[in-house]
Amino acid sequence: MAGSKKVKVKMSQMAKREERWAWLFIAPPFIGFMCFMAYPIVFALIVSCSRWTGINSLWGNLVGLRNYIEIFQDAKFWKAMVTTIIYMIGIPIGMILGMTIAMGLNRGIPGKRLLTTMYYVPVVSSLVAVSILWAWVFNYDYGLLNGIYKALTGAHGPNWLGDEHMIKVSMIIFMVWKGLGSSIILYLAGLQNIPRDYYEAAEIDGASGWQRFRNITLPLLSPVTFYILITSLIGGFQVFVEVQVMAASGGPNYSAATVVFYLYEKAFTNGQLGYGSAIAVILAIIIFMITALNFWGQNKWVNTDI
Amino acid sequence: MSADNTKKKKARGNAQYKTDRVITPRERAMNIFIFILLFLVALTMVFPLVYMVLTSFMTKNQILSGRLTLIPNPVLIGKYSEVLSKGQFISGVINTIKVEIPVLLIGGFTSSLAAFAFAKMEFRGKDKFFLALLATIMIPFAVVMIPQYVLFTKLGWTNSLLPLIIPGLFGNVSMIFFLRQNLYSIPSDLMDAAKLDGCTYFGTYWRVFLPLMKGALGTQLMLWFMGIWNDYLAPTIFLRSEANWTLQVVIRSFNSYYAIQSDYALIMAASVIAMIPTLLLFFVFQRMIIESIAISGIK
Repeated sequence: MAGSKKVKVKMSQMAKREERWAWLFIAPPFIGFMCFMAYPIVFALIVSCSRWTGINSLWGNLVGLRNYIEIFQDAKFWKAMVTTIIYMIGIPIGMILGMTIAMGLNRGIPGKRLLTTMYYVPVVSSLVAVSILWAWVFNYDYGLLNGIYKALTGAHGPNWLGDEHMIKVSMIIFMVWKGLGSSIILYLAGLQNIPRDYYEAAEIDGASGWQRFRNITLPLLSPVTFYILITSLIGGFQVFVEVQVMAASGGPNYSAATVVFYLYEKAFTNGQLGYGSAIAVILAIIIFMITALNFWGQNKWVNTDI
Repeated sequence: MSADNTKKKKARGNAQYKTDRVITPRERAMNIFIFILLFLVALTMVFPLVYMVLTSFMTKNQILSGRLTLIPNPVLIGKYSEVLSKGQFISGVINTIKVEIPVLLIGGFTSSLAAFAFAKMEFRGKDKFFLALLATIMIPFAVVMIPQYVLFTKLGWTNSLLPLIIPGLFGNVSMIFFLRQNLYSIPSDLMDAAKLDGCTYFGTYWRVFLPLMKGALGTQLMLWFMGIWNDYLAPTIFLRSEANWTLQVVIRSFNSYYAIQSDYALIMAASVIAMIPTLLLFFVFQRMIIESIAISGIK
């Protein structure tokens, strides 16, 4: 390393050149980030404190936090929020089913690839198309489900999308169906990461099947479980398309509407951009908290020492 | 008992580490049972999609007969030609392709170039820039859609496809993330070698690293293609005129329009056609796609 000083001086000139090129290379995504993310967020914060409709003047209609106060007293908003949370019942159902199926696949059974493909097809299918399909499957008079129901019992089946409570059940069934494939694949990848010796050692120690599951599989899958939980929660707060396709008006007595559905209606149907933005900001805060929980929880109770 | 043990030892002697467990007949029976069970679940999962295809071949009489029938009788293929002869459907396909091509070409280029800079070049503020970009993944579209709508209206873009094209040209953050990860596995010696050869930074990206990340880039472009193809929320908000509607918006409007006429065969035929491109891509490249999804969970 003789003459390293000289090299260093030269390097710093080169380094400067490298830096300038690097900044140029990352400029496009960064400019995109500023224009289509950072600026809109700041703008949303301002609009959320106004009664702006897009036609009247934004600065002349600032109302402080009045939109937020109104939202907290808005029964329709809370109804949509509760519905959004009720839909999340599908998350643990999907996780349990996904883990069980992945464990079955991981036993080295034949046809694993074919099965994985079949489970995954709903995930890659267009959300609009499969929502249309399930609206048809749930159809009260001619749908597949009630057809099967009638063939089996002779009686007419439930009004899947026409009843205030049934429509929630229907949505949960649909969402579990749509998302199951991705939890199966994530769990399967997690299972394949667990070293075989752990199970062999446990077997030699005489651990029962349940004990092996409880003390090896479950803790070592916890990072995957946590990942699925967080991403599903974030996704769960953004449910919109399936509601708009299957229950265009929000369902009977507005029972199927979600927070984003309500936000869309306020902003783009009623033109209340201020009120809609305030809902968007609340949504952003919720999702930010889930993300923070993600970082906190990862250290707290996820077992990462493999 | 002891025979079993020697068997195991023999198997271990074969040095086949992964398959050193001998499958007992009982286990084999269990596996067959589990396979049947999992296969039934898989059939249930796929069945609605099969039913979708079956419905698209049925006559209105059969669909509205009120009895459960699965096999189309007679088989009617006319609904597919009816869908394909509708100008709105065709223009939906063309509009979607008009968004896909510039976004994938230019967005793929800007994303991979940025990923290259993040993975292989040294510069101040690297981590901060990257974190700022990463934050974009966490910000849901619903939060920024109102300001974006206002912005695009002000710019006069809402009468064209520009609101769907322009933001994509600047790159895709999850793509940058995955390509950067992929580039880490390529030795940086190549970078130094290229420098010594007097290669420019862009030349190093274009001639050395771009060919090396071809596989990862292809997978990511495929996922992005599917995302654009299936996108619905942004097009519904940003596209004011019907002439610009993308495919998903068109099939959704078919659904509300033809459901009133109970023309379910036509609705299903339109939806089936709309799903074919992404499903084909998935079937052909499923190993790569599934792998990249699985990685996102483990990482």
